[in-house]
Amino acid sequence: MHYLVLGAGPAGVTAAETLRKHDKTAKITLLGGEPEPPYSRMAIPYYLIEKVGEDGTYLRQQENHYQDHGIDYVHGTAAALQGKAKRIKLTDGSEIQFDKLLICTGASPITPPVPGLDRDGVYNCWTLEDARHIARLAQKGEPVVLMGAGFIGSIILESLALKGVNLTVVEMGDRMVPRMLDETAGVMLQQWCENKGVRVMTKTMISEVTDGPEGLTVHTKDGDKLDAKLLVVAAGVQPNIGFLASSGVEIEHGILVDHYMRTSVPDVYAAGDVCQATDFSTQKAEMLAIQPVAVEHGRIAAQNMAGKVTPHEGSLNMNVLESMGLITASFGLWMGVEGGDSAKMVDLENNRYLRLEFDGNKLVGGQAVGLTEHVGILRGLIQTELDLGPWKDKLLKSPERLPEAYIAVSHGII
Amino acid sequence: MQLALVIDPGKCTSCKQCEMACAYEKEQTFNPAKSRIRIFDFHEEARFVPYTCTQCDEAWCQQACPVNAITTDHASGVKIVHDNLCVGCKVCTIACPFGTINYNADTGKVIKCDLCGGDPACAKACPTDAITYSDVEQSGFEKMKAWAAKTDAAAQS
Repeated sequence: MHYLVLGAGPAGVTAAETLRKHDKTAKITLLGGEPEPPYSRMAIPYYLIEKVGEDGTYLRQQENHYQDHGIDYVHGTAAALQGKAKRIKLTDGSEIQFDKLLICTGASPITPPVPGLDRDGVYNCWTLEDARHIARLAQKGEPVVLMGAGFIGSIILESLALKGVNLTVVEMGDRMVPRMLDETAGVMLQQWCENKGVRVMTKTMISEVTDGPEGLTVHTKDGDKLDAKLLVVAAGVQPNIGFLASSGVEIEHGILVDHYMRTSVPDVYAAGDVCQATDFSTQKAEMLAIQPVAVEHGRIAAQNMAGKVTPHEGSLNMNVLESMGLITASFGLWMGVEGGDSAKMVDLENNRYLRLEFDGNKLVGGQAVGLTEHVGILRGLIQTELDLGPWKDKLLKSPERLPEAYIAVSHGII
Repeated sequence: MQLALVIDPGKCTSCKQCEMACAYEKEQTFNPAKSRIRIFDFHEEARFVPYTCTQCDEAWCQQACPVNAITTDHASGVKIVHDNLCVGCKVCTIACPFGTINYNADTGKVIKCDLCGGDPACAKACPTDAITYSDVEQSGFEKMKAWAAKTDAAAQS
């Protein structure tokens, strides 16, 4: 048996380890597209601020981890899948034969159709190689523009701000992190960032990048001109599925998988950011490009590949973000459901906010700003679908009593 | 035999000695807010519940960590955060469905119960045996874990 795992991010590494756990003798190949040990993109912001070195971003810290687990970690990029022949062609012309394949090739940054984004000094912040360039250019006091204040943009924003650059962020939407935070939280975050010296421009977009006195001049569609040494583009990501054209693998936004993480091609599975799998909250196939979900997909796909049948019941969408000391988190259906109830605690003075969303007596979503103690309980309550009983009314009045509600309901104190 | 913190809420009087002991052991301060074990008071029902990490077998915090900063001590089963590796991304704090791994803004790292290296201060400080450090097989610990498993059946398999 030869398992081939395409992609050495969190999904791929977890899958390779899980395959080994359940199959002691099979050959396992882990194919990575970058010339680095498997690392975590999540850790790049902390590398940028020198909280850790490059080795601090590695997914596994033990020396010889992959050899010790009998995992062949090799470098290469897939060019085409020949599903019937069970073969992957690589861009260097070589081929790899497999018995079972897991596709976890992740995603890549989108480059919007803006003239000038091919100039020197314009970078994505996606790979370790990108981060090395940004670390070099983002020196204290230098003018830097960030395109996009989505989740990834906002994580990079903190690193750039902490490096002491003169930072302007340009976001197309009407607020920061519109896909993770509601208006109250998004505006709270924006004011916080502005108070910390970051210029935040919303509802506008970058229309062109030209040469400028600092290296670049970034033009907005409203006529603003921003001089910059560095422009960081965080305009979203798209799944790496180009090599699957004419492979027969069914794709909508990402690779479609069933409850066992199987694609439409026999013996070919998918996991992580590249795949569109069940969302716990909606029970629909969604793109949930977050680290814990990638790990969950990788583990479940590998178990099924190794014959340990494990259905995927759905992953919970959740995110956490720190912006210069202000921590925001969101879970599940934070925007609420039709006919459901909502509870909000807003404390603008202290930058604290908690929003809970209920469907009947169950918590289905929530978001928190400036509140970190026991924040995981939001996940626990949503995913266990506990009936809150009389605690629901208490939470409608005082959402901040959420930890109490969880302990009480789980201990039968109602 | 594996030792674990065994909690019997029925014996808890909410004296908060455990919180003080933990805060002092871990943060050298008698400030219960710094404790990694917390007593939840339900005064109306006269119920008090000590609450901390259950050291799950397949721990969500550990699996979610992007940089391998949480490891298992194989002798005790305890999940340990390695400060030199933790980048402070907080993904574990949203992944843990119990909310028992938390971010410490003072250090930029996450903190959780580590059973004080096998001699938990909270259990020593508890005057009523509501918190003991004993054999898990004789406790409701497995039941608690089973309940925990509902959040992610696959994680336990």
